[in-house]
Amino acid sequence: MSTWEDDESSSAAAAATTDVDLLKRAWRKEKASPEILRFDSPLVSRVREQIQLLEETLDDFAESGVDDLVVSLYQMDLDRTLFLLRSYLRLRLQKIEKYMMHISKSEDLLSRLSQQEQRFAKSCTEMMEKHLEQSVLSKLPYGYDSVTRQSLSSTEDDMVPEPQLDTFVFCKTKSDVGAFQLDDIGEEVVDLVADDLYVLRYKSIKGLVENGQIDLI
Amino acid sequence: MAGQSDPHLSIFSPSEVEFVAEDEIVEIVPNIRMEALNMICGDFGPFFPQIASKVPLWLAVALKKRGKCTIRTPDWMTVDRLTQVLDAERESPKEFQPLPFHYIEISKLLFDHARDDISDAYLVRSLIEDIRDVRFHKVETGLETISGRTHAVKLKNLSAMEVNIVRPFMVRTLQAFYKHDSPQMIQQADNIGSRPTPVTDRGPRRDLRRR
Repeated sequence: MSTWEDDESSSAAAAATTDVDLLKRAWRKEKASPEILRFDSPLVSRVREQIQLLEETLDDFAESGVDDLVVSLYQMDLDRTLFLLRSYLRLRLQKIEKYMMHISKSEDLLSRLSQQEQRFAKSCTEMMEKHLEQSVLSKLPYGYDSVTRQSLSSTEDDMVPEPQLDTFVFCKTKSDVGAFQLDDIGEEVVDLVADDLYVLRYKSIKGLVENGQIDLI
Repeated sequence: MAGQSDPHLSIFSPSEVEFVAEDEIVEIVPNIRMEALNMICGDFGPFFPQIASKVPLWLAVALKKRGKCTIRTPDWMTVDRLTQVLDAERESPKEFQPLPFHYIEISKLLFDHARDDISDAYLVRSLIEDIRDVRFHKVETGLETISGRTHAVKLKNLSAMEVNIVRPFMVRTLQAFYKHDSPQMIQQADNIGSRPTPVTDRGPRRDLRRR
């Protein structure tokens, strides 16, 4: 039985060196996490470059009459990478659209977005505010006309959708993390060893996700 | 399946899980000569007739569809190995046996596209189905043991597709228990006097299922 694990880990280690693999990991994490994660600009631009390069190579192939089979295989590789990149970018846009006001409020969250995403979040928020203002809020009585608060008596922004960080996520450890405290009080401790699969509360493992010690699946 | 109406709980579609599985490496024996492929997802080949080579599953299936290779059945997909796994699955009611993370998707793709390359294909297929059934039964019994004191669930060796199927149930159950068990909820209940459980009386909550 050990051979399976060896095979798996060695192939995973070899594959982890490609940018596509890194992007795939980022895509999975982004899908599984309730909040928006940090955008890896260098990685995305590297993948974009490789896509462009392959597109040019494919054009050259068409001219020089390379075997159809080879061309179709490269085309598949290109399509797979394009799918991954598009899905990743769309996924982030969906999250931004959903939590735009929440994101716009926090410098930390804003800094996780790429420049284009920041522009998108900004214009999206402005449009939404304008729309709400014109269609509903301007017709409501004084005290109830805030975009972010139910009424003047609200002590916090209670009309801003926020990601639910309390939710549970499936995660897999890459290497030994050791005893890990699940809540602030320190009552819950799990011992995370390599290759374990756990269902845990996102909030408590947030740090591990951000520094890459744990993968969401 | 329940939960699929809520797109936030089933976050991966089955075809997306399969997409990920298609990057797993398998061994092929080509019957053609072909230059090395320097792809975005890695470098493979060069290929020579009758010389085994390692490629991602999607590439293997593409070549197989065009009749350019045979795919070697992975070691774990043999009758001997799978019989061992099935026995072990049945013997240990609380543990999952180690199988490749994408065993369901890999075997499905191989059955769909390279059935003639698998020896005892019929038997292998029914063994894999049996293994799936036994494992799902364990997952289902595991779900029953979740309670308000569950803060973490350990599911070592659960595979990708199994995770994906159980995710909506698991997440929703845990969330519901977590919500009702949270101090605010209990406090609120106290205030309206319907549930006189003092918060301080609640002991340390830790109920990890041992795997």
